[in-house]
Amino acid sequence: MAVEQPPAQTSAQATAPARPGEQTRIHNIGYRNYDGPRLGRAYARRSLYSQSLRGAYGLGRSVKSKVLPMLLFVVMCVPALIMVAVAVATKAKDLPVDYTSYAVIMQAVIGLYVASQGPQSVSRDLRFKTVPLYFSRPIETADYVRAKYAALASALFMLTAAPLLVLYVGALLAKLDFSDQTKGFAQGLVSVALLSLLFAGIGLVISAVTPRRGFGIAAVIAVLTISYGAVSTVQAIAHSQDSTSAIPWLGLFSPITLIDGVQTAFLGASSSYPGEVGPSSGQGVVFLLVTLGLIAGCYGLLMRRYRKVGL
Amino acid sequence: MWTIGPRRAPRDAVRRQPVVRPQGDPYGPVIPERDADTAPRVDDHCGLRHYLRIVTVIATESLSKRFPRVTALDRLSVDVGPGVTGLVGANGAGKSTLIKILLGLSPATEGRAEVLGLDVATKGGDIRERVGYMPEHDCLPPDVSATEFVVHMARMSGLPPTAARERTADTLRHVGLYEERYRPIGGYSTGMKQRVKLAQALVHDPQLVFLDEPTNGLDPVGRDEMLGLIRRIHTDFGISVLVTSHLLGELERTCDHVVVVDGGKLLRSSSTTDFTQSTAILAIEVTDTDEHPDGTRAVRDVLHARGIDTHDGSGLPGAGHILLLTAEGEETYDVVRDVVADLGLGLVRMEQRRHHISEVFKDSDEQALQGGDEQRKEAVGHGG
Ligand SMILES: Nc1ncnc2c1ncn2[C@@H]1O[C@H](COP(=O)(O)OP(=O)(O)OP(=O)(O)O)[C@@H](O)[C@H]1O
Ligand SMILES: [Mg+2]
Repeated sequence: MAVEQPPAQTSAQATAPARPGEQTRIHNIGYRNYDGPRLGRAYARRSLYSQSLRGAYGLGRSVKSKVLPMLLFVVMCVPALIMVAVAVATKAKDLPVDYTSYAVIMQAVIGLYVASQGPQSVSRDLRFKTVPLYFSRPIETADYVRAKYAALASALFMLTAAPLLVLYVGALLAKLDFSDQTKGFAQGLVSVALLSLLFAGIGLVISAVTPRRGFGIAAVIAVLTISYGAVSTVQAIAHSQDSTSAIPWLGLFSPITLIDGVQTAFLGASSSYPGEVGPSSGQGVVFLLVTLGLIAGCYGLLMRRYRKVGL
Repeated sequence: MWTIGPRRAPRDAVRRQPVVRPQGDPYGPVIPERDADTAPRVDDHCGLRHYLRIVTVIATESLSKRFPRVTALDRLSVDVGPGVTGLVGANGAGKSTLIKILLGLSPATEGRAEVLGLDVATKGGDIRERVGYMPEHDCLPPDVSATEFVVHMARMSGLPPTAARERTADTLRHVGLYEERYRPIGGYSTGMKQRVKLAQALVHDPQLVFLDEPTNGLDPVGRDEMLGLIRRIHTDFGISVLVTSHLLGELERTCDHVVVVDGGKLLRSSSTTDFTQSTAILAIEVTDTDEHPDGTRAVRDVLHARGIDTHDGSGLPGAGHILLLTAEGEETYDVVRDVVADLGLGLVRMEQRRHHISEVFKDSDEQALQGGDEQRKEAVGHGG
């Protein structure tokens, strides 16, 4: 037969010869196969990262879920704007706060953000049992954990670095010393990067073991504030009793004082401990190791948690 | 026996076969790899299935999974070909456990398994790129829309952003979700949620899907729609299906092949088409004419005269107008057609009815799995 084989196509124009008994095949026309690229694991992990990062600011979610993260972001930046405005207007010689102190001063806002967005990021997948759907795809436990961890840490970094950027730009507008400001800004960025990693880890671990979102929020707030409250109270008592040597070591026991210790030792920050007795460089090594150990520990715990979830 | 056959032919070539098949050439273009196959054709009417039958989609060999307390799978050896395969078993029979092993997510205690020719122990990632999975439990976040959710899942399967959006729109339409797909999933009915779950399993155009109890929680109408959809996944989309259920009856209309497991052991693995092929029941319905005011009766009388027994379809809808007879082969169709034509009647329908699987298995040894109808009634009770 001289009939040419029609070119293979799956679009709607592919007309099947209408023979009796072939009616069912007519439906075939509507379905299109996918012949395009499949970008694999690394792409899927990146997609999960960007989706989670956007989600941490409520993007791609309901209007209601945008309110809190956006509000916290604004609250975080407004003091910096005011400081800058004052500095420019009064032609001040220096900014009212150090770059490294800003996050410590605003720690309540950061805590609230972690408490609201940590559970949002992981508890939902656990509670609605979406996790098995992820693992039925090419990505593995490590991909999921890394994407989620990186996303929350990035979101926190944006939250904490944005006001520092405002301060820096303002400082340059106010014609403050360029090299001083740049150095301070860089030190501040390193500090908030560490803080973001630590807080994201703690927030995610707590959220991942409390699928009920309300409990997750409460637990994160409790861990951050109670530990800080306890540490600063005991430090204050130690200060009043003149046992200053104990003060730095006590700082190891709450996340924000830990970061404070690290930046006092290595990033030229002035300590916010009572009497400004921060750790020495020698002690600082311990602080840094504990911080890094906690970050690694959080990652390990998350991996363990999700390996158990499986399907 | 370990029967992973030749590597499968390029999938798209296989799939497109029926669409482009020219009239004069029922076997399509010559593809040497396939044309070496000389197995007898069971289903002459569908070249696609013939071609696909030569490859094995799932193969397990002495597959066992033991948990500390229970043995979920017990030396299960089964080969599954392309098409729609039902995996039937009571609660706790090990169906979901088997799917998890086949997805490469849970290591088998002993034995081997291959999916699409890939070993589950070492090629889990490759398998999961090529298959889709619809879990038995709820898995949908209530606060996002079906579109957003399925797009995200498509990207998780490696589809680039634009393709993910296009295929999401297509797939949601194919599973029957239209305007509602922009609303948050929280407000959907169970039937709509099941469709979203199905869509996320199909969105990346897999070669095979695992559907774990897709009819769970659906009312009789929703159940029928879902089963029809599952059938189309194979016939229209060209995707092979492994579907689980604890209702033997509901899978008979849908599946080409049924695997029955009980207590982790293989009870039975048989083809539904092969069976019905040998003793098909033919249902015919004819019009009445002035000459033959009761056309049904006229046909019956002539057929009787020719030595063909008929039954009235009592108990069936339209009883009295439907004649049931046993088709002995192609000749029966011709005889009926000629008789009806000779009498000058119109043929309203002539269709093949499959036996219920419950009948297929009636003589077999399982008591645990009762007839499909009984269980179906039960399920209807629950669904209401
Ligand atoms: N992670 C697990 N740990 C221990 N036992 C398990 C685990 N998963 C499954 N089982 C057991 O294995 C057996 C088979 O379970 P499976 O979920 O595969 O059954 P099923 O056929 O899917 O049942 P259903 O129809 O209820 O979904 C059951 O007895 C179950 O309790
Ligand atoms: Mg199950």
